[in-house]
Amino acid sequence: MKIMVVCGNGLGSSFIMEMNVKKALTEMKKNAEVDHTDLASARTVQADLFIGAADIVGQLDDGTRTIVTLENMMSIVEIKSKIEPHLA
Amino acid sequence: MLELIMKDILGTPAILVGIFALVGLLLQRKAPADVVSGTLKTVMGFIIIGAGATVLIGALNIFSKMFDHAFHVAGVIPNNEAIVAAAQSKFGASTALIMVFGMVVNIILARFTKFKYIFLTGHHTLFMACLIAVTLSIGGLSGAPLILVGSIILGLCMVIFPAIIQPYVRQITGSDDFAIGHFGTIGYVISANVGKWFGNKEKTTEQIKVPKSLGFLRDTSVAVSLTMALFFVVVALFTGQGYIESKLSGGSNFIVFSLMQAITFAAGVYIILAGVRMLIAEIVPAFKGIAEKVAPNTKPALDCPTIFPFAPNAVIIGFLFSFMAGLLSMFILPVVGLKVIVAGLVPHFFTGAAAGVFGNATGGQRGAMFGSFANGIIISFIPAILLVLLGNAGFEGSTFGDSDFGVIGILILSIMKLFGLA
Repeated sequence: MKIMVVCGNGLGSSFIMEMNVKKALTEMKKNAEVDHTDLASARTVQADLFIGAADIVGQLDDGTRTIVTLENMMSIVEIKSKIEPHLA
Repeated sequence: MLELIMKDILGTPAILVGIFALVGLLLQRKAPADVVSGTLKTVMGFIIIGAGATVLIGALNIFSKMFDHAFHVAGVIPNNEAIVAAAQSKFGASTALIMVFGMVVNIILARFTKFKYIFLTGHHTLFMACLIAVTLSIGGLSGAPLILVGSIILGLCMVIFPAIIQPYVRQITGSDDFAIGHFGTIGYVISANVGKWFGNKEKTTEQIKVPKSLGFLRDTSVAVSLTMALFFVVVALFTGQGYIESKLSGGSNFIVFSLMQAITFAAGVYIILAGVRMLIAEIVPAFKGIAEKVAPNTKPALDCPTIFPFAPNAVIIGFLFSFMAGLLSMFILPVVGLKVIVAGLVPHFFTGAAAGVFGNATGGQRGAMFGSFANGIIISFIPAILLVLLGNAGFEGSTFGDSDFGVIGILILSIMKLFGLA
């Protein structure tokens, strides 16, 4: 399963989100390939699940992708509850 | 042999950061495959930054020539990626060394003082390391003293700036779980205070209806392309077809040429960002891992978008008012004898948006508006003042965008001038 974390710049927040997603996955004892990038690059990337913060998700959603919105990217609890339904 | 090590190996910044990544990966006992790929990707990241710089500098020079010919005053584009990439050929090694040892100082300070913050916004650590390397070099330091002093200054920045705004971050997030590590802190503190004095906390920005249509500007590639296209074309119109087609474009149409240069600039930024992303991909987790082991009970200091979801309307309002202040400043700066800092969409977006969130927390709608306007003025004037002190450092076409870089640069250069060094 491939998860792509996205933010505007692809640098600061997506990075932290990626680290938290990985932490959440470890806690849930699940495996997935997690990477992060910026909005522009995200256009052409293939992934099973895209994760973004509430303020950029509008730009990420093109109708064809599975998107998860995060309000507090530091909350492992929120991450776990939101990605759980999508994990195989 | 010593010269080979000192000059060719440690003197090549790309190899230097690769070694740091290698050490970090080994310390974390990562699998051999990860150690190899992580090290190689870190080195590659640095080289990609250099490649991006080449793409961008050509366009930047053309912009400078056009601006100067049109308005008889220098126009400078504040873009962190641009100036740091440009600085790498002369200051790459010192930047890399100060960055890594600055992180060491951060860990030491977090462990032994009350400033328990671990600064995780890797690209800002890189940029501040560069700023410090450049200003201390101009001030006359070099070699080991440069690295020692530079690392201490960087380490101090990495804990003190987050500590300053933490009271406000607590108000925004409603908790004390994390801090903000972003070198636009001075702008945010001022915004929060403006909000406190002039605003009304009860009327928050989230009560208004703000058009979401501006959201597309969150995509930095789009934002930079759009603003650069606008600025290049406007400046081109003032520069005149004659000058451009005879001196710059080799005959091709001046508007088409300008648009292409604008997008080239944006392309350069994109490439540099890709390089920075790769570079910090191994370094920041290593830093975090080591910090967690050595200095427990610390708070992560994170990139400013972490607080954006707490007040999405304040983000847009903050950006707009900061950008307006930036545009206004473009007219005031030359009048007071300073170079024109072209209002950069990226600095105004990130710091203006954050300033908006801080201003909203202390002063609601008015706080967000006036606070981010103040931020816009600050990030127009501080870089201009820094440029005066930087003199002929060689990167006149571009400069640092966020407030703290300018403030620290000004402080370093002023203090060194006082000691008769610079």
